[in-house]
Amino acid sequence: MNDSDDIVKEFLVESHENLDRLDRELITLEKEPNDREVLASIFRTIHTIKGTSGFLAFDKLGAVAHAGESLLGRLRDGQLALDREITSALLATVDAVRQMLAGIEATGVEGERDDSALISRLTRLQKIPEAAAKSEVVVAQETVPEPVSKSAPEAAALPASPGDTSIGDILMRCAGVTPAEILLAVKSQKEGDPRHMGEILVEQGAVRPADVVDALRVQQAARGQSASDSTIRLDVGLLDHLMNLVGELVLVRNQVLQFTNRIEESGLATTIQRLNRITSELQEGVMKTRMQPIGNLWSKLPRTVRDLALGCGKRVRVEMEGEETELDKTLIEAIKDPLTHLVRNSVDHGIERPEVREAAGKDPEGRLALRAFHEGGQVNIEISDDGAGLDQERIRDMAVQKRLISAEAAGRMSDREIVNLVFLPGFSTAETVTSVSGRGVGMDVVKNHIEKIGGTVDLQSKLGQGVMVRMKIPLTLAIIPALIVSSAGERYAVPQVNLLELVGLDGEQARNGIEFIHGAPVYRLRGRLLPLVDLASALQTTAAQAATAKLHGPGVNSERVNIVVLEADGRRFGLVVDEINDTEEIVVKPLNQQLKNISVYAGATIMGDGKVALILDVLGLAQRANIPPDIRERLPDAGVQAVTGAAVKQKLVLFTGGAGARMAVPLQLLRRLENIPGAEVERSGNQWVTQYRGQILPLIHVSQALTGHGVEDQWNLSSGEPSGKDAPGLPNTAMLPVLVLEHDHQSFGLVVAQILDIVESTLEPQSPATRAGVLHCSVIEGRVTELLDVPALLGAGEMCESAAAHAAGS
Amino acid sequence: MSNARQFCTFYLDRLLFGMESQKIQEVVTYRELRPVPLAPAVVSGLMNLRGQVVVALELRRQLELPERSADLTPVCLVVRAAGGTVCLLADEVGNVVEVEDESFEALSETLSARLRSVILGVHKLDLQLMHVLDTDQVCKIEAIGQSS
Repeated sequence: MNDSDDIVKEFLVESHENLDRLDRELITLEKEPNDREVLASIFRTIHTIKGTSGFLAFDKLGAVAHAGESLLGRLRDGQLALDREITSALLATVDAVRQMLAGIEATGVEGERDDSALISRLTRLQKIPEAAAKSEVVVAQETVPEPVSKSAPEAAALPASPGDTSIGDILMRCAGVTPAEILLAVKSQKEGDPRHMGEILVEQGAVRPADVVDALRVQQAARGQSASDSTIRLDVGLLDHLMNLVGELVLVRNQVLQFTNRIEESGLATTIQRLNRITSELQEGVMKTRMQPIGNLWSKLPRTVRDLALGCGKRVRVEMEGEETELDKTLIEAIKDPLTHLVRNSVDHGIERPEVREAAGKDPEGRLALRAFHEGGQVNIEISDDGAGLDQERIRDMAVQKRLISAEAAGRMSDREIVNLVFLPGFSTAETVTSVSGRGVGMDVVKNHIEKIGGTVDLQSKLGQGVMVRMKIPLTLAIIPALIVSSAGERYAVPQVNLLELVGLDGEQARNGIEFIHGAPVYRLRGRLLPLVDLASALQTTAAQAATAKLHGPGVNSERVNIVVLEADGRRFGLVVDEINDTEEIVVKPLNQQLKNISVYAGATIMGDGKVALILDVLGLAQRANIPPDIRERLPDAGVQAVTGAAVKQKLVLFTGGAGARMAVPLQLLRRLENIPGAEVERSGNQWVTQYRGQILPLIHVSQALTGHGVEDQWNLSSGEPSGKDAPGLPNTAMLPVLVLEHDHQSFGLVVAQILDIVESTLEPQSPATRAGVLHCSVIEGRVTELLDVPALLGAGEMCESAAAHAAGS
Repeated sequence: MSNARQFCTFYLDRLLFGMESQKIQEVVTYRELRPVPLAPAVVSGLMNLRGQVVVALELRRQLELPERSADLTPVCLVVRAAGGTVCLLADEVGNVVEVEDESFEALSETLSARLRSVILGVHKLDLQLMHVLDTDQVCKIEAIGQSS
């Protein structure tokens, strides 16, 4: 690469930074048109671009920058007031410059472009309205003198702000030059005196040449302290390399430490201690180099918001707090898209039009607030607006309508759970699809992105008062806390973010604690079935067979079973490993590109002994093991409350039907438990009934309804006594246990063999129904239990009746 | 193609192979590899190369040659390929040879299409034929991936 290439590259990097700042400053200026400091800074930036492009012979770029600069000059001189049109034109200039720079970056030359429209627009805006022109120029010169002299009195009191140190300021402070003398010099400069301020002042006799030299030195020093001069630009690749080397150093340090434990030599020990400390500090320092303030990312947002708000006729004010909050560069990049998406959502859907806001008694200008802060080793980022908020009822309806949740579940959810439904895939409340958002892919993608980097996202909203989305993300991805486990003789690292708890089963528990549903191992963790995944078999390692045997053969020499309870993207499962070693901070190393399609690994790391260990991707592992996503876990505070029909924790009545089969019905259908004497069972047509509280209660025998066996047999079975020569099948003497159930405003008695218990259990359908009238089979209280389909049972009863009626009629 | 080119040679199952020397970063002694379950068979494991985690590929499997006997310790050729740094396991390192284009001959059609994509051809050296490998192709892991 030759010199001029280097200069161009430098120019491009610098200009890109400057353009981002320009966006921000122009927005500020639009709000505070009289902020001269900002105006001066904008002017300087454009001027620099113009100057450098002239030097590098980028003529088109120079022409655009020149037109922009002239317009800015008018503004700076107070001849024009900034309005929305001018701001838009200036922003367009920034965009044009950005495009040209991108072109130069790609091809090295300016290429063919026509910016004459923009230039003429800028030129047109420079025209001062004739009437105002004259007087304004005069006013400008009298009341608004040059920035230098205006800031002069303050400069004496305050230290000059770095980068803004003018020689005039310094001379006033140090050499007793009066503001009037400076003004005079400025005036003669304006009138065309090409000389420097110092020279003019010396000529005027206001100052000695030596003082000017001193002042220049002070100026140099002051500028040296400014941020732009005390920083250097670095290639990220170099930092990554440094990071690797430090990681390596840490490993060597660890090895050395291990050796010294064996050697009794005090001098060595102290040296090692120092090596230890310095290495840690070095590691910390290098980590810090990768940290960037979140403000870098936010700086682009005001511009986005302005353009969006203008596009949909809204007024939005952006407020920021905690811009200096730092996080790892890779994370900044990872949250860029989700953050932009959320901000767009707020402007497009959240904040109302000014007239709507006024009607609602709000400030016509909407407020979008960004807040970032550190808390508990994580970075919290909040995006809130004071817009219309989310309509819980509508979300509830839509979620049900789109079959994302059952209506029954929706009815039980709290408002907070409801608003978080917007994170479900396929959910979008936008009634009209706009260019900005509302395509139905949105919040779930946001959630996905955030979870991918080990973060969480939560939403709160009050109708009419706005929405707040809070993201919690880790400080860095390069070093993560992880649990080290062993399986089949190899170590694996499990990211701590996915870890819920550790369960160890010993002795008897190890032999009998693991149960099977169609061969799939599960463990009952506090009453809930936790699907188990054996790491060795999931990874098909050579030791897999042995491990499977351990799980499958109850009581086969398994002294201890270690279960690591994990969760990712709402999938919860227990990972069975041979050994749980330790928690450690590990340095994440990327895997070769070609190995990335093995989704169960998130990367690799190097352990203290220099050996490589694989980092497990918990979500990938769950997917591989076919662990279904569990909707309850997607929602906060949903631990106790049931949400879906698919897997709910609910109260059940347990009983046995015929032949000892265990069955259950939901408690909410139950009205009473009764023991009805067999003698009180009467017959009405083909239907068994009993008189119950002044009504006729139809009776259905559970075994009969399920198997369709003859009525008489069933009654006999249930009573457990042979009815012999009694009236057909009527158990006169026995008491019949009856569940009085109500479904669809219709009561009926379900005759069972024995009522067992009322339990609260998670109903996870473990296997499909084997016969009609059964919803599915679950394991409740350690036994396979059929959950009855009450409406179907009723239907069966009716069918019996109608069949009977038919028979009677014929 | 320039007239004289440098190749780094190595042996696999007594056959001589060569790769453009500029693509080879270094040759290191064999060290313990961390196996990668579920990865294609050609992946021998992961190696700690001065703090960098590098994937090691078994050249014998890549080139469909018989397995190396257990008592032979392979050498590791660290190669800069298109997909990142890769370590290739070979039996033994030869030396650096300079060859002329004239000695090159393309492969016959009798070889399988996959092998022909990996082996560009042979250079007829005085003592032996040198198989010329396509560095990027030989560092490719066949996308067998996840499927069990």
